[in-house]
Amino acid sequence: MTIREIAKILDAEIICCEENADLDVHTACGSDMMSDVLAYVKNQSVLLTGLCNPQVIRTAEMMDIICIVFVRGKRPDEAMIELAVERGIPLLSTGHRMFNTCGLLYDNGLRGGGDF
Amino acid sequence: MYDAIKFTYNVSGDDFTRAGEASSDVKGKLKKMNVPPDAVRKVAISMYEGEINMVIHADGGQITVEITKDCITMILADKGPGIKDIDQAMQAGFSTAPDNIRTLGFGAGMGLPNMKKYSDDMKIETELGVGTTVTMKVFI
Ligand SMILES: Nc1ncnc2c1ncn2[C@@H]1O[C@H](COP(=O)(O)OP(=O)(O)OP(=O)(O)O)[C@@H](O)[C@H]1O
Ligand SMILES: [Mg+2]
Repeated sequence: MTIREIAKILDAEIICCEENADLDVHTACGSDMMSDVLAYVKNQSVLLTGLCNPQVIRTAEMMDIICIVFVRGKRPDEAMIELAVERGIPLLSTGHRMFNTCGLLYDNGLRGGGDF
Repeated sequence: MYDAIKFTYNVSGDDFTRAGEASSDVKGKLKKMNVPPDAVRKVAISMYEGEINMVIHADGGQITVEITKDCITMILADKGPGIKDIDQAMQAGFSTAPDNIRTLGFGAGMGLPNMKKYSDDMKIETELGVGTTVTMKVFI
C-alpha cells in the first residue's frame, strides 16, 4: 500500500513530505523504544510510535525507514518536522492508539516482516 | 576511488535533541561518496548507538571517522565515568540509564551489543573516572 493509503486507513494527517506519499510500503514496526527499533528492525519501511522527539526522526534515518506514524494524537514539533523535511520522510499523525493502528494496517495487508 | 579522508566531530553532552547529528552527517557523506548501501547502514547504526551512549552516559565527547577505499573506522572518545565491567555492559538488556532516559526512548541496554553486531570489528578501552574510547570498523 502507499503512504497516502495508510493515512486514509488511519484517518491520519500527513504533516510533511506529501510529495513522497505515493511511495509503496509493505512492512512496518511499532515501538516507543528507539533502542528496540535500532536493535530489532531489519527492513521495515514504516515506523509506528507514540514517542515524539527528534531521535525518532534520526532513528528512522539510520534504519532507512521511509515513513513515521505518530499514534495517540502525538504531533511532532517544528524542529522535528524540519529534520524530516531535510530527509524527505513523511510524518503522519493519527488519533488511534498503538494496538488499533497496528490492527487496522495489518487488516489492510501491511505486515511486520522479519521472522516473528 | 579516493584517498584516506578524515572527519572529526565534537559531540555536546548537554543537548539530547542534537545527539545523532554527527552520525547523520557521516551517513550523508558516505552516500555521496557512493559507498555501498549495506556498509553505509552498518556505519550509521553503529555510530549512532555510540553517539547516543556518549551523550547519555559520558557528557559528550569526540568522534573521528576515517574513510579509506576498503574500511571505515569510527573512533568515539569521551572523558566520562568509564565502564566498570565491559562484559556486563555488552550483555543485551544491561543498562544503568536512569528512568528519564527511558522516557526518551533509550536505555534498554541494547546499544553496545548492537554496535558489536553492525560493526565488523569493535574494541573498547575504558578506565574508571578517565573515560572510554570505542573503536569500530566496517569493511567495505
Ligand atoms: N561511553 C560510555 N561511558 C560510560 N558508560 C557507558 C558508555 N557506553 C555504555 N556505557 C555503559 O554500558 C551500559 C550498556 O550500554 P548500552 O548502549 O548497551 O545500553 P544503554 O545505552 O543503557 O541502552 P540503549 O543503548 O538500549 O539505549 C550503559 O547503560 C552504561 O552503563
Ligand atoms: Mg546505548
